[in-house]
Amino acid sequence: MIEQLVIYPLVIQMLLAIVLMFFWSRIKWQRVISIIGSVVNLGMAVWLFVLVWQNGTQSIQAGNWEAPFGITFVADTFAATLVLLTSIAGLAVSSFSAGSVISARLKFGFFPIYHFLLLGLNGAFLTGDIFNLYVWFEIIIITSFVLLTIGGEKAQLEGAVKYFTLNILASIIFLTAIAVLYGLTGSLNMADLASKVAAVENRTLVQVNALLFLVGFGIKSALFPLYFWLPASYHTPPSAVSAIFGGLLTKVGVYALIRVFTLIFEVDPFLENVLLAVAVLTLFSGAVGAIVQNNIRKIFSYLVICHIGYMIAGLGMMTEVAITGAIFYLIHDIMVKTNLFMVSGVIYKIKANHNIRKLGDLYAEYPKLSLLFAVPLFSLVGVPPLSGFWPKLSLISEGWNTENFTVIAAILFASFITLVVIVKLWGEVFWKTGEKLPEVRNFPYFNKLSKVKRTQMLAPIIFLTLVTLYLGFGAGNIQNLAERIAFELMDNQEYINTVLRK
Amino acid sequence: MEILLAVMIGTLYAAGIYMILRRSLVKLIIGIILLGNGANLLIFLLGRIAKGAPPIIPEDSKVFLEAYSDPLPQALILTAIVISFGLQSFAIVLVKRAHKVVKTDDLDEMNATDEYS
Repeated sequence: MIEQLVIYPLVIQMLLAIVLMFFWSRIKWQRVISIIGSVVNLGMAVWLFVLVWQNGTQSIQAGNWEAPFGITFVADTFAATLVLLTSIAGLAVSSFSAGSVISARLKFGFFPIYHFLLLGLNGAFLTGDIFNLYVWFEIIIITSFVLLTIGGEKAQLEGAVKYFTLNILASIIFLTAIAVLYGLTGSLNMADLASKVAAVENRTLVQVNALLFLVGFGIKSALFPLYFWLPASYHTPPSAVSAIFGGLLTKVGVYALIRVFTLIFEVDPFLENVLLAVAVLTLFSGAVGAIVQNNIRKIFSYLVICHIGYMIAGLGMMTEVAITGAIFYLIHDIMVKTNLFMVSGVIYKIKANHNIRKLGDLYAEYPKLSLLFAVPLFSLVGVPPLSGFWPKLSLISEGWNTENFTVIAAILFASFITLVVIVKLWGEVFWKTGEKLPEVRNFPYFNKLSKVKRTQMLAPIIFLTLVTLYLGFGAGNIQNLAERIAFELMDNQEYINTVLRK
Repeated sequence: MEILLAVMIGTLYAAGIYMILRRSLVKLIIGIILLGNGANLLIFLLGRIAKGAPPIIPEDSKVFLEAYSDPLPQALILTAIVISFGLQSFAIVLVKRAHKVVKTDDLDEMNATDEYS
């Protein structure tokens, strides 16, 4: 019974999606069911997390086929934490969609697809089988295509073509990598692969295979030369969709990279240098991209790219402290990016515009809301004691210890540019006296919405802001958690033993 | 047989990448289909090809005595084919819609979402 808890987050999301399909055109019911279901799922995720925290790694073999023959689901601390974060972000965005997405869009099955997306995310985090990971990735991308295109506006379809092409290319590269890996080792179970890959004699082929994985996951996590699909598409769908995309989709790629390069492949000096170079360039190009943009969601899109660099820098340095920093940043980033895209959604509902040159006066009109929005904005910058500050501390000190001064310079540069961007955004959107924007007809302005809808939009922002505040002020606890995850990743014996029942 | 398959896979990959690099939307889809088929065949090939050796253990023994054809790659390919079938049909509908709304078949003219505003 307690073992099966590992797959409950999957079962609940799938049940929710199926139940929601029976309420296809009854939007009111869908909103209620989605929110209640997400609360239940959050409860399950908390339960799983507590169980893993107290009893160590849990695993379940599908159909009772002993590993490495069957598909394994594993919940180590890393996976359990990410499932918990997915559930928190999932609940927030579920409520935000109920309030902000217009019902014409909801009528095309928005909520069922949304829960299938969360199912894919949870599955990708929990699976212990590399081919199964591919299947979850496909579930994630096909649902994200649908969410991206619901509504069928011109920009959405254009963005979707780009998003679609590069993501499907990434899947094909990932599939090729799996094929080569299977040819080399004859196994697909990640714990089993750990020892089998180390025993392969043809090291060149192993390294090429590792690079195939790097490129495949690199496209998904928007690394430096492979990120161009992201700023082309993330600003086109409704803000609720951007929120779940910006918060979680690229992070699945990062999760897969961290998992594959700590468990299956050993990172050799060449790969280390590649990862660090890519991280530096990602930090640089994301930051430079963000500073020139005027569309508020494009700014955040580039910041998503930029901040992936921190995590990859942590992975590239490949020491326990650096991985701790990367994990802490991952936790912080999921919460803050989801929140920021929701904030941009509320700003859009208030002003009917995304251009920061045209926006303004928000502080004068909504002072309390502005203060609420300030928390995620400035914790993204990493103003101490807010949450973005602490992981950078680990990353920079470890960069110093391993003498990667370019990485330190890039981290500081990206932090500084993020500060400039956020201060610019704050000045333009909140403090500046804006021009008078023409009233858009039939636009659901924020102050014309019903009280219920406004609560549905603001409650998740308050919720995630509180979580972010906890990440900042309770940084000691999060640091402990990140250290434990990093320890488990570097010393993967517990994971392997749990899966293979040694 | 293996050489032949290897050459075929290489050709499929090359043709797929060439097609993706063209500017036409329809050729993009053809490229994706070719690449997907190449990847599927690659899994098939890397599972080792053994002709006329089904993975069935003879009645009087408990383990395989000779080389057998691995059934797992075929299961993997089946999964991958079904998935790519779904994705490709979505892609075709998406391209049709995009062509209708954007009114162009040329990928270079689809630059509205990348434009600086």
